[in-house]
Amino acid sequence: MDHLPTLVSEARDAIQAAQSVAALDELRVRYLGKKGEVTALLKGLGKLSAEERPAAGERINQAKQTLAYEIDAKRQQLESAALNARLAAESIDVTLPGRGQAEGGLHPVTRTLERIEGLFTRIGYDVAVGPEIEDDYHNFEALNIPAHHPARGMADTFYFDATRLLRTHTSPVQVRTMKSSEPPIRIVCPGRVYRSDSDLTHTPMFHQVEGLLVDEDVSFADLKGTIEDFLQAFFERDDLSVRFRPSYFPFTEPSAEVDIQCVMCSGAGCRVCSHSGWLEVMGCGMVHPEVFRHSGIDTERYTGFAFGMGAERLAMLRYGVNDLRLFFENDLRFLRQFA
Amino acid sequence: MKFSELWLREWVSPQLETQAMADQITMAGLEVDAVEAVAAEFSGVVVAEVLSKEKHPDADKLNVCTVNDGTGEPVQVVCGAPNVDIGQKVPFAQVGGVLPGDFKIKKAKLRGVESRGMICSASELGLEEETSPGILVLSSAAPVGIDFREFMHLNDMTIEVDLTPNRGDCLSIKGLSREVGVLNRLPVNGPMIEPVAAEVEDSFTVSIEAPEQCPRYIGRVIKGVSVKAETPLWMVERLRRSGVRSIDPVVDITNYVMLELGQPLHAFDRDNLQEGIVVRMAKPGEKLTLLDGSDVALRPETLVIADHSGPLAMAGVMGGENSGVNVNTQTIFLESAFFTPLAIAGQARSYGLHTDASHRFERGVDPQLTPVAVERATQLLIEICGGQAGPVVEAQSAEHMPAERSMLLRSARLEKALSKTLDSDDVTDILQRLGLDVSVQDAGWAVTAPSWRFDLAIEEDLIEEVARIHGYNNLPVRRPAARLALRSADEATLTQARLRRQMVARGFQEAITYSFVAPELQAALLPDAVTPVLANPISADLSVMRASLFPGLIRAMEHNLNRQQTRVRLFETGLVFNGELDALSQVPMLGALVCGPREAEGWSGAKDRVDFYDLKGDLESVIALGGEGDSWRFEPAEHPSLHPGQSAQLLHNGEPAGWIGTLHPQVRATLGLKMDAVLFEVRLDMLSQGSVPAFEPLSRFPEVRRDLAFILKEATPVQSLLDCAREQAGDYLQDIKLFDVYAGKGVAEGHKSIALGLTWQHPSRTLNDEEINQLVDSIVTQVRVKLDAELRG
Repeated sequence: MDHLPTLVSEARDAIQAAQSVAALDELRVRYLGKKGEVTALLKGLGKLSAEERPAAGERINQAKQTLAYEIDAKRQQLESAALNARLAAESIDVTLPGRGQAEGGLHPVTRTLERIEGLFTRIGYDVAVGPEIEDDYHNFEALNIPAHHPARGMADTFYFDATRLLRTHTSPVQVRTMKSSEPPIRIVCPGRVYRSDSDLTHTPMFHQVEGLLVDEDVSFADLKGTIEDFLQAFFERDDLSVRFRPSYFPFTEPSAEVDIQCVMCSGAGCRVCSHSGWLEVMGCGMVHPEVFRHSGIDTERYTGFAFGMGAERLAMLRYGVNDLRLFFENDLRFLRQFA
Repeated sequence: MKFSELWLREWVSPQLETQAMADQITMAGLEVDAVEAVAAEFSGVVVAEVLSKEKHPDADKLNVCTVNDGTGEPVQVVCGAPNVDIGQKVPFAQVGGVLPGDFKIKKAKLRGVESRGMICSASELGLEEETSPGILVLSSAAPVGIDFREFMHLNDMTIEVDLTPNRGDCLSIKGLSREVGVLNRLPVNGPMIEPVAAEVEDSFTVSIEAPEQCPRYIGRVIKGVSVKAETPLWMVERLRRSGVRSIDPVVDITNYVMLELGQPLHAFDRDNLQEGIVVRMAKPGEKLTLLDGSDVALRPETLVIADHSGPLAMAGVMGGENSGVNVNTQTIFLESAFFTPLAIAGQARSYGLHTDASHRFERGVDPQLTPVAVERATQLLIEICGGQAGPVVEAQSAEHMPAERSMLLRSARLEKALSKTLDSDDVTDILQRLGLDVSVQDAGWAVTAPSWRFDLAIEEDLIEEVARIHGYNNLPVRRPAARLALRSADEATLTQARLRRQMVARGFQEAITYSFVAPELQAALLPDAVTPVLANPISADLSVMRASLFPGLIRAMEHNLNRQQTRVRLFETGLVFNGELDALSQVPMLGALVCGPREAEGWSGAKDRVDFYDLKGDLESVIALGGEGDSWRFEPAEHPSLHPGQSAQLLHNGEPAGWIGTLHPQVRATLGLKMDAVLFEVRLDMLSQGSVPAFEPLSRFPEVRRDLAFILKEATPVQSLLDCAREQAGDYLQDIKLFDVYAGKGVAEGHKSIALGLTWQHPSRTLNDEEINQLVDSIVTQVRVKLDAELRG
């Protein structure tokens, strides 16, 4: 019993000096285990007198608690050091780029077409598509452009034979839709179109979106409202000035070209707008009665409007692309800019 | 159509600046393309008279002249022009003057002789593009000392309007003036055109055999003209400002009258004509040498002007070389005719021609102009070339003249079309100003179109005219009304946009390539393709329709490989064209191409190249979108573009749906490609067919899994093993995983080991070992029988 303080002091030193959880476990066994040195003292209590026993017992239990507490404290300390060491060893450079596939992207023309389609489908238009190799009837005749009409010279056409051709606009889709459905008709027709023209500002293939609305009581005012809304929405400019210029298309009457205030210089005049402050962006008009007649629509009951625009032109203005031909080179350095 | 502003202002002159007038015309539908000064900037140039001319003492080609420039003292000037002569009136640049190109005129010494100024040529003043051979000689009536710009009216603009095909009536100063007059409510005043009385009796018979095509033909003989006369400078200038070059006085006058009034004219050399003029259709086998020297074989639908020996001119398009006017011509037969638009439409183009005359006749020339233009041309011819006029000869078929075009504009219809009630008097006024004969009625306006407006025939034409003159931008704006009716939406169908987005998510960039490709490229890839060929391609490289997306994708890959872009992942959607025109299919496809490293260059991952399975994985991810993966199969098959051992045909519900494979090494070599590529193309319509999800309750009972490895012959496709296993595995098979493919040590030569993990689960009870063992046994037996393959020991 007399050596208890020495024993406790020895044990405490050993606990503090322990370098690992295993060493600590050994110390626990040595002092507090069943055959441990402190446990042995408890067993020796029986040799003491009944008077001495309670006090001695209390001292030994106290020593036991103290040691148990110190072992636990030391264990926590060691475990936390071990965890810290592990975390330190496992740390990585979080600034390295992540793994995985590089991102892809849509072609800017597709991006533009989808945007235009979205603006119209959201207010109830459907998307309609059709064949690209068309016949003379759907591309010209049904649109009030008879053979030898000077308007045929407006679109230089790629022919396969006397009657088969590459569509010069997506209007044939309108004709097909009017023939196969009843008003009200609200469609947009996006797609590839072809004209035999190739220079700085023309490619032999490009994309158009045409729109058609046929219903009772559709007026030129509805056309103006639709076009103005569309252009302001497309360019996200509520204050964009839009003007309508009389023009001629065989399939509409009255017909108009639509100019917007130049989006590059806000109308001040720049190279893009040839210093006029205006940009011609689309054509439109009220559906010509002859076109309705070809499609079997009652011209007294129904009226309608149609419009058409070039997707590349709008994409160039929207994204600031300065060379039309880039759209069809498919250079990855170009395409990646629209991801 | 180009015109001089000053010329127009002689007819009608609104109180508007040039640009304001151009804007006004543009906003009326006659789009002004360009407004340009008719002459470059220059100053200090006056009209002077050459007083003396002596040889330069030290230079053969130079003359020393003195001129009177109106300042009083004769001015000495050295001149190198061969045509300078005493008494000429010339443009003279004084010392201190500045010529185009900021060329300052200073006092100078030329080979020792003082020169104080410069006698100018037309090109030095910017009036001619090509270098003029000599100085510009002015009319002898030119007043000495007057500013040359003022004398020549050079403070003028050329305005170019891009006229739409319906407005043939504006292809003249007269027509444009009419339009400007309407817009500004101004009267239009042209030059007085008085009939020229016949002075001689010389005449020439005219007969019309094709009255439907030519209802009216007027001719006149003018005798004793001199083609050697000079076209007056004012006319040369007006022609120039209209973009027309001066040729000789007769041609210049016919062109001038055409520009002024809109009536194309033609002058024949009377002495080259045999008997009378016949207007008729060409006869089979007839040929004609045109004014431009080209020989054409005439077709029977072509209208010609002939004499009794044969065709002289292609009516309304171009004259013939042999009957035209030349420098020695003395007697002219002048033609002014009305050819119907339908007779001329398309004719010029069908011969590869386009002339000012055909351009006008196709669009419609006012039939009332025919006699007026003859008188105007006669007047100018006699004035400039001398001569004496014969009587006017006219042939006309009244019944074939254009019918009067009468129509009704209903006020209710007008109001509905424009969503605006216009003042009735304003509408009447607009219609009258446009030259229509108007009768106001209860329901609206009954009108007759003027003879020059071929484009006015129906009510909508009138609505457009009223809207146009009223101003499109003065009309109201509203939004179309529609019923908010919900429409059904097809949930099973995948949109192209969804499919494209999946490709984008898999790291592909979208390409858009031309739908027409080079025939050699297509033949190298698809030797058996039958596809439409363009009759008039823009170039041979873009002359056949693509039968596949492969040619375009390969070209795009090449473009990028040539620009140090070595990792290419591209896809495209679009139509491909197969078959003859009469049995053509135009099918939308999704195509993709990959080449280069599997992963983008980086710190992690392998540097391996992409292979078949990479792209197959991409394709399977697209197929999986529809939730109908089981309806798709990959069958080993050969395709001319693809490696025979690394290509598969795609089947959708047993139907051919596309191809996937590695580019054939031989094809790669033929095309000279720097890298291997893997490609696929699949029918978009089939990819779009998905399904609506159908829930199956989750089983609460345990899954049973058995792993089986089989030794298959190398050539046996794994698909047949999977099919066999699935067939025998019973109703409760949940899944088959293929988790190992192995060949090498432990597996016999020419064989491979395929390990499958099969999972079963019953919806309402626990499956027992015995039933699973039975299923496994039947799989093993069937695989042995069908595929000659054993379970791996």
